[in-house]
Amino acid sequence: MTIDVQLHLKRDDFTLDATFCVPSSGITALFGPSGCGKTTLLRTIAGLEKKARGRVVIGDTVWQDETRCLPTHQRQLGYVFQEASLFEHLSVHQNLEYGLKRLPKEKQRFDFDQIVTLLDLATLLPRQSARLSGGERQRVAVARALLSSPQLLLMDEPLAALDQQRKREILPFFARLHGELDIPILYVSHAADEVARLADHLVLLNDGRVQASGPIAEMLTRADLPLAHDHDAAAIIEATLSGYDTPFNLARLTFPGGRFSVPHPGPENELTKGQPVRLRVLARDVSLTLEQQTGTSILNIVPVTVTALNAENTRQPGAGAQLLVQLDANGVPLLARITRKSAVALALEPGKPVFAQIKAIALLD
Amino acid sequence: MLSETDILALWTTLKLAGLTTIILLLLGTPLAWWLTHSRFRFKVIVEALVALPLILPPTVLGFYLLIMLGPNGPLGPLMQSLGIHTLAFTFTGLVIGSVFYSLPFVVQPLQNAFAAIGRRPLEVAATLRARPLDQFFSVVLPLARPGYLTAAVLGFAHTVGEFGVVLMIGGNIPGETQVLSIAIYDHVEALEYGQAHLLSGGLLLLSFVLLLMVYTLNRRYRLTST
Repeated sequence: MTIDVQLHLKRDDFTLDATFCVPSSGITALFGPSGCGKTTLLRTIAGLEKKARGRVVIGDTVWQDETRCLPTHQRQLGYVFQEASLFEHLSVHQNLEYGLKRLPKEKQRFDFDQIVTLLDLATLLPRQSARLSGGERQRVAVARALLSSPQLLLMDEPLAALDQQRKREILPFFARLHGELDIPILYVSHAADEVARLADHLVLLNDGRVQASGPIAEMLTRADLPLAHDHDAAAIIEATLSGYDTPFNLARLTFPGGRFSVPHPGPENELTKGQPVRLRVLARDVSLTLEQQTGTSILNIVPVTVTALNAENTRQPGAGAQLLVQLDANGVPLLARITRKSAVALALEPGKPVFAQIKAIALLD
Repeated sequence: MLSETDILALWTTLKLAGLTTIILLLLGTPLAWWLTHSRFRFKVIVEALVALPLILPPTVLGFYLLIMLGPNGPLGPLMQSLGIHTLAFTFTGLVIGSVFYSLPFVVQPLQNAFAAIGRRPLEVAATLRARPLDQFFSVVLPLARPGYLTAAVLGFAHTVGEFGVVLMIGGNIPGETQVLSIAIYDHVEALEYGQAHLLSGGLLLLSFVLLLMVYTLNRRYRLTST
């Protein structure tokens, strides 16, 4: 099943011409700089831009094609707007019921209490929606959208209006949605860290067009895309927890390319064995050696194969001195940023086996 | 105390103002909605027309309405075919006149209320499966409540205070078209200052109480919703 979108919208100063097709499962991030048309694309998918032409097919449901265009209220979607969009004349409870009441019983996929528990809203129910904090509002908005049993959940930078503290509060809830409910999500964001943490797929937008789309791990490490050339360029690795190294307070993780040890995430983030975790490895934290180093303080060393060497094409200072090396760790893509001088010294070339020494690994879940 | 004609005038006035307000709320809602959301190029012309009674001398409005509604007016044949001889000097004619006269006092508060609400709540409602009419009744109407209250009270009070239009198209028939403001004028003409005071004072008090009510209720509404 896929989300198949092919949309065209012309405005005086902006043209959206977006085509992409992603699996209808997990979280797909629509990512790009401000003004690239992310929000417009999301609105168009929801049918909120009346002048848009094209196709929107969700699984086997046609929302829009050449011959017909369902109005928004007939599209089985949920939409979380960027800013607070709760009905101020209604209580939290009434807000949550708004979509639920307009849905025939047999189409209701979720139980009211289930969603209230999932987003931890029980204590907020009697409150007036105008009296909630920003983070609470967004949680209610997400719950309200979910209760309308969407085939597809559209989220337009739901965290953009929140400060760092609130973001940290709400992100675990989003990660939970992903784990517990089987609803595909299109998530608009311009924050790379949010995307790295949440997304399974990425649709890269630039100037109203889709530059590329694909699985997140692949998209972040493709040298032809700007993400891999960002100062914070990183690879995403899906690993599982295999155990703890208790005396040293480390967690052991396994992924297809080998094993890592990372600092224990702390008692409040206790992980269970076999639990999948997402890791981020910054390109600038990876160095390469020809032989496996011993007598080093670096814990995480994995054998990899050089896939390609790319000139840094950014205008960042020092870019001319550096290379972006794409690596393959048994099928898992990794990035390393090293100096051109080192690459020559190591005689790096595609296909060459080397060792990647990883200075820091971030645990994203 | 109030004479029988005074009481009749009071009743006629309240009936006229009440009916006019109801008609204006019903007509004003779609009109104000259209003025708020339409991208029609010549919308400003309609906006100016709606606002016209604000500055037009009521006698001018009354004069044209008199011609329109009379048996020889452009609407004459239509009215004849409906079996109406004339609307001039009738209560119905008065209602029609008042609707024009008080139009901006109802449309403008509604338009302001709709503009303040914007499109977003409608879009949100649409993403939650509400049909367009449902969107209006479940979201816009409750959010626009202060606007409706202001519109109703202004429309009502302004119609109560109507004089020039009534005189032109309604005349001064007790029980049919004689309203309070005209009764006051009659009393003053006849040097019955006591009666004039009674009615004038009553109107003054009524107007003040109505406005006080609007401001209090709108204030309370704002306080509970924020």
